[in-house]
Amino acid sequence: MADKRLRILVAKPGLDGHDRGAKIIARALRDGGFEVVYTGLHQTPEMIAEAAVQEDVDAVGLSILSGAHMTLFPEVIKLLKQRGAGDVAVFGGGIIPDDDATKLKQLGVREIFTPGASTEDIVKWVRGNVQARQ
Amino acid sequence: MSSKREWLETTYKQASERPVRFSTISDMELAALYTPDDAQGGYDQTLANPGEYPYTRGVYGSMYRGRLWTMRQFAGFGLAEDTNARFHYLLSQGQDGLSTAFDMPTLMGYDADHERAQGEVGREGVSVSSIHDMVRLFDKIPLDRVTTSMTVNCSASVLLAMYLIVAEQQGIPWDRVGGTIQNDMLKEFIAQKEWICPPRPSLRIVTDMIEFCARKAPRWHAVSISGYHIREAGSSAVQELAFTIADGICYVEEATRRGLGVDDFAPRLSFFWNIHNDFLEEVAKLRAARRMWARIMKERFGAKNPRSMMLRTHAQTAGASLTAQQPINNVVRVALQAMAGVLGGVQSLHTNSMDETLALPTEQAVTVALRTQQIIAEETGIANTIDPFGGSYAIEALTDRIEHDAMEYIRRIDEMGGMVRAIETGYPQREIAEAAFHYQRQLEKGVKTIVGVNKYSVPEEIPIETLKIEPAIEERQVQRVRKMKRERNSAEVREALARVSEACRSNENLMEPILEAVRREVTVGEISEVFRIEFGVYRDPGWI
Repeated sequence: MADKRLRILVAKPGLDGHDRGAKIIARALRDGGFEVVYTGLHQTPEMIAEAAVQEDVDAVGLSILSGAHMTLFPEVIKLLKQRGAGDVAVFGGGIIPDDDATKLKQLGVREIFTPGASTEDIVKWVRGNVQARQ
Repeated sequence: MSSKREWLETTYKQASERPVRFSTISDMELAALYTPDDAQGGYDQTLANPGEYPYTRGVYGSMYRGRLWTMRQFAGFGLAEDTNARFHYLLSQGQDGLSTAFDMPTLMGYDADHERAQGEVGREGVSVSSIHDMVRLFDKIPLDRVTTSMTVNCSASVLLAMYLIVAEQQGIPWDRVGGTIQNDMLKEFIAQKEWICPPRPSLRIVTDMIEFCARKAPRWHAVSISGYHIREAGSSAVQELAFTIADGICYVEEATRRGLGVDDFAPRLSFFWNIHNDFLEEVAKLRAARRMWARIMKERFGAKNPRSMMLRTHAQTAGASLTAQQPINNVVRVALQAMAGVLGGVQSLHTNSMDETLALPTEQAVTVALRTQQIIAEETGIANTIDPFGGSYAIEALTDRIEHDAMEYIRRIDEMGGMVRAIETGYPQREIAEAAFHYQRQLEKGVKTIVGVNKYSVPEEIPIETLKIEPAIEERQVQRVRKMKRERNSAEVREALARVSEACRSNENLMEPILEAVRREVTVGEISEVFRIEFGVYRDPGWI
């Protein structure tokens, strides 16, 4: 399994159209050697969980800049569990205050990247923290 | 004295040069020196005096000596009454005009009680589902004396109808109501990405509104052709200018195809630019924009009325340039950007608040942002003479170059068959994503600097106070919308919606049926649902 390339779903939940970051991350992860699937904008948590299962990904990266992160992250995690995919690593980024980031990590989000994080840091984190699902 | 070439090869070569890339934030390389040799074209043809074609030096004869720009801070959060209180506060602090930020559900055509609105009600702007919210939003604000800008696009037809009904209820005739609705759907597909239906029906709704306003609300700007979001999505300055002007060309073509005379509506087209960090590039961009639009309107569309050729614009400092790190530094960024806007001759300006990369701004942060404009206007002296950078060798050379490069893009888009075709093939979207990625790489390699982020960073950030939106607001608004829906006359609602559907299927202008529906308490979400059914839903192609 050592040479299996990790598959990452980059997802953009919510109603806002701020996809600059999501697209840059998707491209950087692809350049970093991962297989990347990008959902496009305006996804519901159901659409994201479904895509994660269908695409058989190892991790889901959520980009949220609308302020709805406290609703959307837990919902995606819950729906992944319901589909028997609770071991998919969920991480994310966007405009997320520190207090909220702490709470989200307690709720099972593996890592939160905030404005100013470099794509290199994110690629490195995925490489070091995401395992291929069995 | 030596020639420029001799000077470069001797004096400059012997002097030292820092080992950095001397290019704008858009990565346009600058020469070490600009001299009279770089000036192209005569004064009369390329610059001319303010208020004279091609308006490079300003659209009005006296510019800020006649009237300062409008200080217009964008505001909106929570319930309509929360935003109404902020409006009254801003007006009491010397702001001249209002600018409304709606929440994501309103912007995307969903009522507060729709499941897709969950978690987003009142968060990024004010929640407006029905005419009742709009009445609360403009409570005790005289719509014949204050002009309002509304940032809304795919659901703009409904919000404009609501605004006009509020005016009607205040006893103000529509021909005395002034303001602007963003309503620039083309740039939605290119950059901001708030949409309901595909590009072609979206363009039809925009054109209906241009036509309606030209006839019934002549002081209203039915579309604000916007580069702001294109830039925020990561474009270069040239791309921002080129794609925005190309969008403008598309709207003019559509409206004239309807049979409107160009001079019947073009004087009411307005623009909206982003003012980013690169000072010289931004001043030059604004000057180039005026010259391009004037030439295009005159030469390409045969406009006769000088007002059709004048590019009048709102501008906003660049949200994407603000940093979450050391956020107080943002006050300085905003001040410099605002100065570039004023030196570029804008008619109206929003200055961002220092905390906007973290949350919606606090009242204190908004006040500093507004005071920044007042300091520029009344302390710095830059508004005392018109276009003070005019004739600067560097600024004029940059203005020429930006115009030239933007016109190249416009030629390419024309060859593709126009902006709608270009959008359908993903051309501007990909160009922007490419530029955004290029800039990100430059940041990570240290070619470009963001103070406090990739240079001069500190290990421990000092947190600043931010505005919190109470989750209870959503519940209150949802209950209010549900109650309204239960209590209104449902037969009238059904009938009004059927009328809107019918208009969608025919060539009838949509505005009258929408106005009628709004009067009958039909909501933003319900009318948008008719658009979804009649015109289909657009889905993001998800190009990386």
